[in-house]
Amino acid sequence: MSSLTDQTASELLERMRSGDVSAEQIAAACLDRIARHDPAVGAFLRVGGDEALAAAADVDRRRRGGQAVGLLGGLPVAVKDLICVRGQVTTCGSRMLANFVPPYDATVVERLRAADGVLLGKTNLDEFGMGGSTENSAFHPTRNPWDLERIPGGSSGGAAACVAARMAPLSLGTDTGGSIRQPSALCGVVGLKPTYGRVSRFGLVAFASSLDQIGPLARTAEDAALLLEAIAGHDPRDSTSAPAPVPPYSQTVRQPLSGLRLGRVREHYGEGLDEQLAAATEQALDVYRSLGAQIRDVSLPHSRYAIATYYIIAPCEASSNLARYDGAHYGHRTDERQMRADLRQEQRRLEAAGDTAGVDQLDTPLVRLYRQSRAEGFGAEVKRRIMLGTYALSAGYYDAYYLKALKTRRLIRGDYDQAFAEVDLIVGPCTPTAAFPLGAKLNDPLAMYLGDLYTVGTNLAGLAGISIPCGATREGWPIGLHLQAPAFEEDRLLRAAYMFQQVTAWHQRRPDLP
Amino acid sequence: MNASPYEIVVGLEVHVQLKTRSKLFCRCSTQFGAPPNTQTCPVCIGMPGALPVMNQEAIRLAIKTALALNCEIPAFTKWDRKNYYYPDLPKGYQISQYDLPLSQHGFLEIQDPKGRFPARRVRIIRAHLEEDAGKSMHDEAAGQADSRIDLNRAGTPLLEIVSHPDLRSPLEAKAYLTELKLLLGYLQVSDCNMQEGSLRVDANINLHLATPDGPVATPIVEVKNMNSFRAVERALAYEAPRQYQVWLETGQRLGDVPKQTRGWDDQAQLTRAQRHKEESSDYRYFPDPDLVPVRITAQQVDALRRELGELPAQLRQRLEATYGLDPYDSDVLVNQGRELVDYFIAVADASGDGKRASNWVQQEVLRYLNEQSATIDRYPVGPAALAELLAAVAQGLVDTSRGREVLQYMVERGVGAAAAMQHLGIQAVDSSELVRLCQELLAANPRIVADVRSGKQQAIGALVGQARKRSPNANPAEIKRICLELILGTE
Ligand SMILES: [Zn+2]
Repeated sequence: MSSLTDQTASELLERMRSGDVSAEQIAAACLDRIARHDPAVGAFLRVGGDEALAAAADVDRRRRGGQAVGLLGGLPVAVKDLICVRGQVTTCGSRMLANFVPPYDATVVERLRAADGVLLGKTNLDEFGMGGSTENSAFHPTRNPWDLERIPGGSSGGAAACVAARMAPLSLGTDTGGSIRQPSALCGVVGLKPTYGRVSRFGLVAFASSLDQIGPLARTAEDAALLLEAIAGHDPRDSTSAPAPVPPYSQTVRQPLSGLRLGRVREHYGEGLDEQLAAATEQALDVYRSLGAQIRDVSLPHSRYAIATYYIIAPCEASSNLARYDGAHYGHRTDERQMRADLRQEQRRLEAAGDTAGVDQLDTPLVRLYRQSRAEGFGAEVKRRIMLGTYALSAGYYDAYYLKALKTRRLIRGDYDQAFAEVDLIVGPCTPTAAFPLGAKLNDPLAMYLGDLYTVGTNLAGLAGISIPCGATREGWPIGLHLQAPAFEEDRLLRAAYMFQQVTAWHQRRPDLP
Repeated sequence: MNASPYEIVVGLEVHVQLKTRSKLFCRCSTQFGAPPNTQTCPVCIGMPGALPVMNQEAIRLAIKTALALNCEIPAFTKWDRKNYYYPDLPKGYQISQYDLPLSQHGFLEIQDPKGRFPARRVRIIRAHLEEDAGKSMHDEAAGQADSRIDLNRAGTPLLEIVSHPDLRSPLEAKAYLTELKLLLGYLQVSDCNMQEGSLRVDANINLHLATPDGPVATPIVEVKNMNSFRAVERALAYEAPRQYQVWLETGQRLGDVPKQTRGWDDQAQLTRAQRHKEESSDYRYFPDPDLVPVRITAQQVDALRRELGELPAQLRQRLEATYGLDPYDSDVLVNQGRELVDYFIAVADASGDGKRASNWVQQEVLRYLNEQSATIDRYPVGPAALAELLAAVAQGLVDTSRGREVLQYMVERGVGAAAAMQHLGIQAVDSSELVRLCQELLAANPRIVADVRSGKQQAIGALVGQARKRSPNANPAEIKRICLELILGTE
């Protein structure tokens, strides 16, 4: 059975077409592997075993009956638990939404179903997508399949780990500042963040609305192309989704690009970049040279402001997006009886002390409900960002923070425009370091934030980016190469990634799981 | 003219629900009165993951209204989030417009035909779109925990129309609201029903005083919870002397204290300070990243301008210029709405006498409609039939009071003027017959003849009464004319 889970989505699809293997067998193989290895890895929050088998059997039935089958033809797909699936708990990795059951499917889930993808289960993440290690999940951390004592990256850590561990050939993640690409790099898989507007956000629980995108994770460029093709395209329910037509990525991905001009970003080789990763990136550039590509140095002068800009804009939007989780409308509600008893006691204490000002300032029951529910329901990182955003949007600070960040965002976008006037793709390291041990940066948020150094610019500029395996550290931990493309040039990204994978074997390495 | 020690300064914020079929950012119905929470979807209840999509019809209605309010329509407008926590606000923010509203810098003219205040051009600061919140139904009596929320209203398009503080009395405030409501009715953009909440008013009021140290403005107070235009008038009439009293007691000026919010208690007929602990004063506005900015072209604006039709102010002018009405009459007619004006115009055109048509429509038709609480489309006499009657009156075939009887008959039986007159036995009285009648009366009333000769012409009135007893169809004016001629001779 292991051979089935070792195969790529494209290989499995070919075998299903030829009648050699059934969707049900593939789903069963994945479920089997999840059952064996996920207790150690923790990639999944929930696995939809019976439903997955039933959906796969349905595809098999239709295929045997000679009926048309969708693009994904019965392939299993894992879905990050920030994306709504009708009738299934969608927690967003938060205690706040531990019981939230959406009554509707996200547009991407509708499209997965329409393409005959088989929903395998919901993957773990940093709470609401906030974090770079998946340690901020309210339920359990996910571990890196290459070393269970290390983090898989985040926030789509479950999405990357389940693909690396061969539990699913395909998975959907979300990327706000690098949340698909960074875990893909650290887990040694392919992860693509589409152009803002390429994929509908309807049904994606918002973290930072102007930055969030859903994208595919897989082991090869071909597989990522297949999944992207299935989910991309305009959605009238998302005003920010682009009406641009979707190219047939899965058909064009194998066409090599000639005369490819790659831009090497000078600013990406500064301090903070691990020398092993710098070396791997240089070797990847050599690979491209050998494929006929030209490498030029380009500059993104404002990229040094990208982290600061990102950590203003994203928290500002998050502070507003997460306001609805107040215990009255959505989310965890504190024990109201206890809360009211506490409140009465506080009032009596203040009255006894003759503190009339204190009595006057005491929370109303409603305000206390909000405060206490939110205090209990959110984790530390989410609270940190809500406070950052609330502060930055406050009267008197708005101009200095939010407005300035918007201006910087435009400058960063301008840098990219200039660079793309000279090159077809921008290439560089995806992360400054390989996977680090669990807990290493848990108490150092700033160090954690710097892990997004090379990826946040893509989101701020609304462009497309992909991470592909390009090496390994001496210890064997994966290294990712980051390619960025102008808006709506996912096709170019995927073809460049395919070219690289045709002449390298990094994507074929597999972690040894006990 | 004003003996009052202060001048009242009022600005109004009016929220008007626009009459779109669906909500501002989703496809739920906006119908009033459905069972609670039946007109909701993931979008308007702020379900995690749901996204807003703008309703083009709301933009259209908003621009039409803004144009009618003489506002500028910028080419670019956007949506902002107004962040605050409240149980009736499911997302924790309201989608509104902050620094780039859909329209600005307009005005609405008000006047009082009775001359109680000078004609005024009330400047409009801005009119912007936003989504309505849900409705909290607090049940304080049932215990602390029992509050219910109806989200049917959440997401209904609201146009917020903010005036400059250009109003100088409660009466002017009421006139502004009346004129605004009339305008919205002519545009057919809103039901303007204060009871159903489709029109809501908040007032900002303070006083300007002349003191020995120069002019002084008192702190601005926002008054809420007013459920009718009358309540607005009363609340402001209550609030002004109250503020004057506070000024006498505290000497507080504008800027000395934060803006206070007071609620109007209609039962007690007074305003009370409202506790506002649960509402933040810092709304942390920022552009809504879920929505794209709206671009409005000159062509779109022009097309909507062409759809406006004739608005109340223009219509009043036309009635005065074309039909010779005075401002009072044109005001009464126009304030009844477009349908009644159309009826009047049809009667006036067909009868060729605007002034007479106006009198009859105001006195007879409106009286009937008021009695029946009906609108003009339910009036049984069409404009052509009424015009026919008015023509008969004009020709002296029937006098005014007989004419009323004829109209009454037309209303009851649904017949035309000619048939009604025939049925009532009204026919033209031959003028030689009338002269003979007058001669008989003069002969029988020498005292009256003497009175008239000595200059008391009004004594003729008694003869008119006697003449009509003998010949009901005789025209009183004609009788008067003939009698005078017979007594005084033609000059
Ligand atoms: Zn709705």
